[in-house]
Amino acid sequence: MDILVLLVFIFVLAAFLGFELISKVPSQLHTPLMSGSNAISGITIVGALIAAGETTGTLSAWLGFAAVVLAAVNVVGGYLVTDRMLGMFKKKDAVKKAD
Amino acid sequence: MDTQMLINLAYIAASVIFIFGIKMLGSATTARKGNRLSALGMLIAVVVTLFDHHIVSFQLIIIGLIVGSIIGLIAAKIVKMTSMPELVALFNGFGGLASLLVGWAEYQRVAAASASVESLTDAANSVGMDIAVGMSSFTAAVTALAILIGGITFTGSVYAWGKLSGKLSGRPTLFNGQKAVNAAIAALIIVCGVVFALHTSGGLATTMVLLLIVLSLVLGILAVMPIGGGDMPVVISLLNSFSGLAASAAGFVIANNVLIVAGCLVGASGLILTVIMCKAMNRTLSNVLFSGFGATVQAASGKTEGELKPISAEDAYYVLEAARSVVFIPGYGMAVAQAQHAVKELGELLENNGAEVRYAIHPVAGRMPGHMNVLLAEADVPYEQLVEMDDVNPTMGMVDVAIVIGANDVVNPAAAEDTSSPIYGMPIINAHEARTVFCLKRGKGAGFSGLENVLFLRPNARMLYGDAKASITSLVTQFKES
Repeated sequence: MDILVLLVFIFVLAAFLGFELISKVPSQLHTPLMSGSNAISGITIVGALIAAGETTGTLSAWLGFAAVVLAAVNVVGGYLVTDRMLGMFKKKDAVKKAD
Repeated sequence: MDTQMLINLAYIAASVIFIFGIKMLGSATTARKGNRLSALGMLIAVVVTLFDHHIVSFQLIIIGLIVGSIIGLIAAKIVKMTSMPELVALFNGFGGLASLLVGWAEYQRVAAASASVESLTDAANSVGMDIAVGMSSFTAAVTALAILIGGITFTGSVYAWGKLSGKLSGRPTLFNGQKAVNAAIAALIIVCGVVFALHTSGGLATTMVLLLIVLSLVLGILAVMPIGGGDMPVVISLLNSFSGLAASAAGFVIANNVLIVAGCLVGASGLILTVIMCKAMNRTLSNVLFSGFGATVQAASGKTEGELKPISAEDAYYVLEAARSVVFIPGYGMAVAQAQHAVKELGELLENNGAEVRYAIHPVAGRMPGHMNVLLAEADVPYEQLVEMDDVNPTMGMVDVAIVIGANDVVNPAAAEDTSSPIYGMPIINAHEARTVFCLKRGKGAGFSGLENVLFLRPNARMLYGDAKASITSLVTQFKES
C-alpha cells in the first residue's frame, strides 16, 4: 500500500506544479502549448513499450504493439507539428530579413 | 547500482526536462526551445525504457516505433496550417487510445499470468499458503480509469476531428433523452468499474473490462455530439487535458512515475487552457458541455433597429486610403476563406500608406485556442502586430477603421449591452467603437450562436458582402492600381 500512497503523492504534487507553471500564457501561444503538451501526453509510449516487449505472441503484447504505434504517432507528429508552428512565429525584423 | 535504479533516475531527469519544457512553452521567446527540450526528455524516457528488464522481445517494439514515427512524421510535414486544429485533435485521440490499450494490455498480462498460477494456487491453498491472483483492487480501479479517460479522449477527439475538418456537421447534434442516455451510460461505467475492482480476475473481470472499453468509446462520441463548432476551443483543450490524465492513469496501472508526472502536467495545463477559454466566453464548463448552445435559435432578443448598409470595395478603399489607424479582427470566416495571406498583403499596403496596422485576436476566435495566431503567423504577420482583446479595447475609440473578417459573436455589442442576449456578459472586442467598421461577411445569416449581430446595424458599420478572400483581394487591387 505504501507505494500506492507514494504514487498518489507524486500525482498531487505534479498537479499543483502544473497549475503553477502556466498560470499566464499569452493567447498567441495557446495552440503551440496545446499541441506541445499533447506530444508530452504521448509519454504513455513508455507503458506501451513495456507492454509490447514483456511477452511474445500474447494478446497483451499485441495490444502493446498497437499502443506503441499510436503513441509514436502522437509523440513524433506532435513535436514536429509544434516545432513547425513555432517556427512561423517571427519577430518583425526576422520577417523583414526573410523577405 | 542496478539497471532498474538507473532507469528510474533517468525518468526523474526526463520529468524535470518536461517541467522546464512546459514552462518555456509559456513564453514567446523560449517556446521553440522549450518544445525541443521536452522532445529530448521524451527521447531519454523512450531510450532508457528499452533497457527495462521486463522487456524480453524487441520485434514488435521496433516495428511499432518505426511505423508510428513515419506516420507522425509524414502527417506533421504535409499538413496545411489551416488544417492544424484537426491534426492536433487527431494526435490527441491517438494518445488517449494508446493509454486505453496500455491499461487493457496490463489487465491481459496479469490475467494470463494468474491463469497459469491458478492451479498452483489451489495447491498452495491446500497447504495454507496465500498467493495473490489478479490485480489489486487499486490497480483494477486505475485500470478502469485509464480505459475510461483514454476511451473518451479517443472517440471524443476523433468526433471533434470530424467536426473541425467539416466531415461531420459543426452544428450541435441533439436527440430526445440525450442527457438520460449519457447519465445511464455513466452510471453503467461506474458499476462496471466497481465490479471490476471487486473481482479482478476471471471471466467476470474480462467481461467488465470489455464492457468498460465499449461504453467509454460510446460516451466519448455522445459527449462531443451536442457541442457546437464555436465551442470547439473549449472541447479541444479539455480533451487535451484528458489525454494527459489518461496517461497519468496508465502510469498508476504500471506504477511508473514518469507517466504519472508528465501526464498530470499535461492534465493541469489543459485544464488551465479550458478555464481560459470558458472565461473568454463568460460561460461555465458545464454550460459549454451540456447545454447544446446554439442548437436552438433563441427567440430574437427583440428590437434590432437600423439597417444593413452595404459598401462597395471601391468606396471601402477610399476610406482605408485615408485611415491612419486600422485594426483587423479575424474570426473563423477568415480560416474558412483561407484569406490570411490576402489580409497580410492588405496590412502591408496600409502600413506603407502610413497607417498603423494591428490585428486584434479574441481568445475564442476560430475553432481552437490560438487558431487565428497560427493562421496569421503562417502568413508571416509579425507577432508584435497581434494584440490581445484586453490591450486593444481601450484604444478602439482612436481607431479609424476596424475590419471584421468573418468574426461574429466575438464583436457583437449585444454581449455588453443587451442583458436579455444569450451571450450577455461575454467579453468582446469593441469593434463598434471604431470610427468606421467594415464587416466582411458571406451572407446575411446569423453567427454561430444563431444571434443577429447588432454591430452590423450600427450607423458606423458597413457590410462588405462576399467571400472574405475575394473582398480583401479586391481591396488590395484597388491599392495597387492607384
